[in-house]
Amino acid sequence: MANINNIQDEIIKEMSQLKKGMGKYLYLINLAKQLTPFKPELKTENNLIKGCQSRVWLASELKNGRMHYFADSDTAITKGVVALLLKILNNQSPQAICNADLYFIKKTDLESELSPIRANGLLSALEEIKNKARQYRRK
Amino acid sequence: MLNLDKIRKDFPILSRKVNGNQLVYLDNAATTQKPKPVLDQIVKFYTSVNSNVHRGMHHLSKQASLLYEQARKTVQEFINAKDSKEIIFTNSATGAINLVADSFGDAFIKQGDEIIVTEMEHHSNIIPWQKICRKKGASLKVLPITEQETLNLNKLKELINKKTKLISITYISNVLGIVNPVKKIIDLAHIHNVCVLVDGAQAIQHLPVDVQKLDCDFFVFSGHKIYAETGIGVLYGKEKWLNEMPPYQSGGGMIESVKFDKTNYAKLPLKFEAGTGNFAAAISLKASLDYLNNLNKNKIFSYERRLMDYALEKLKSIDGLTIYGKSTKRYGAISFNLYNIHPYDLGVILDQLGIAVRTGTHCAEPLMAYYKVKGTIRASFSFYNTKKEVDQLAEGIQKAQTILLASSIS
Repeated sequence: MANINNIQDEIIKEMSQLKKGMGKYLYLINLAKQLTPFKPELKTENNLIKGCQSRVWLASELKNGRMHYFADSDTAITKGVVALLLKILNNQSPQAICNADLYFIKKTDLESELSPIRANGLLSALEEIKNKARQYRRK
Repeated sequence: MLNLDKIRKDFPILSRKVNGNQLVYLDNAATTQKPKPVLDQIVKFYTSVNSNVHRGMHHLSKQASLLYEQARKTVQEFINAKDSKEIIFTNSATGAINLVADSFGDAFIKQGDEIIVTEMEHHSNIIPWQKICRKKGASLKVLPITEQETLNLNKLKELINKKTKLISITYISNVLGIVNPVKKIIDLAHIHNVCVLVDGAQAIQHLPVDVQKLDCDFFVFSGHKIYAETGIGVLYGKEKWLNEMPPYQSGGGMIESVKFDKTNYAKLPLKFEAGTGNFAAAISLKASLDYLNNLNKNKIFSYERRLMDYALEKLKSIDGLTIYGKSTKRYGAISFNLYNIHPYDLGVILDQLGIAVRTGTHCAEPLMAYYKVKGTIRASFSFYNTKKEVDQLAEGIQKAQTILLASSIS
């Protein structure tokens, strides 16, 4: 199992090779497409992340000591952003997720690329992913 | 004919690039760009005149006051008000509506009274009325949209009754770009002694406005949507109403005399201009209106009509594009969605191509609820936009579709 920083470094490398302009968005949209389909019954008010301009749902479960996340969004680009977070944090231990320092956001310039409102959504999604891991860590 | 090349050079921002592409600015309903005479006026004012208006006897203050009052006169002439004291400077169109809601409400609205707005209003023309209704125990009635996606005038006849005190209606929908029959509504309202406020925020820059012909009781618009600086709004009100209405805010500049037991308010228009207003922006509004007058307003409006017809036809020809509103005549704005693509996704891709449009609910959530959509894309045009830019928008939409549709999200 690759650790969080190895995956981040891989993503930083991948994204640095993308074409300027549209490249980043094509990359995100592609990631959105690859995300595991989200079960409609999980689209509950409880799983809806507050603070995102577009609607994002996030559900999770703990299996064999590792977090498994499922997500969906009504916009492709936001879904891609969440998929990127999950690519790094899925299948990691709750402890590792809680301690994760996601430096890739700054290094890939993802934060400034997305509008401040959307970037706020990115941070809300990350916060929610960590919250869910924290709950399991306590158990 | 308008000399588009020359006009575009008057607006320096239009030559900039965004995300490596030439800017195509189609968010004019949110705010318009500023021509050089306006930019020059702002710099000139702060460089050589700046001083507070109506406060001092010194040279600069007199000069600033003169420019400020000339601005009021220019606005009066632009909308053909009877007298310049009927022109009140506010901070925005929203500020002007709030002034009327609060002050007219204070003087004339009682418990059990009714105010009518329409289903296609901007939030700025809903919330101030909700507030005054709550305060006074009055109620807000809503004139719905018909299947033809226009206002239902027969329904309006049913809605008006003895309790109706005011109708507040947008001249042009900020979402649909359609013109409402405000003259008919005003005439109907006046038969029943009901006042009418016309929200002209999206109209003043796209069609000739004559408040005396319209016979509206109030008319509001904002400067930044007609090529002036931000932070200046205009309230036109018939003198008889403004005289009877109490001041909105109170403080410096709106008084004749102040004693602890009694204050005498200044006469119109200063009664409604408490505190230091944005006089520099008011003076920039004069520069923008002068600029439009010099170019010839009628030429501008007829060019915009042709451009809008072209844009509507062009957008209609795109497969999968849903255009909101049925009218074939649009002023300024056209709203649409592409298949089931989220407006934000389409907006982000267009932005990458240098095309600036607005996405979201456009501060008109009740209208979004009517259409059962989360939001729309709105492309809004001005006389400095070109047919070529309409083509670029259409190409951009098709490009975005190729990128996004394969990923079509539920």
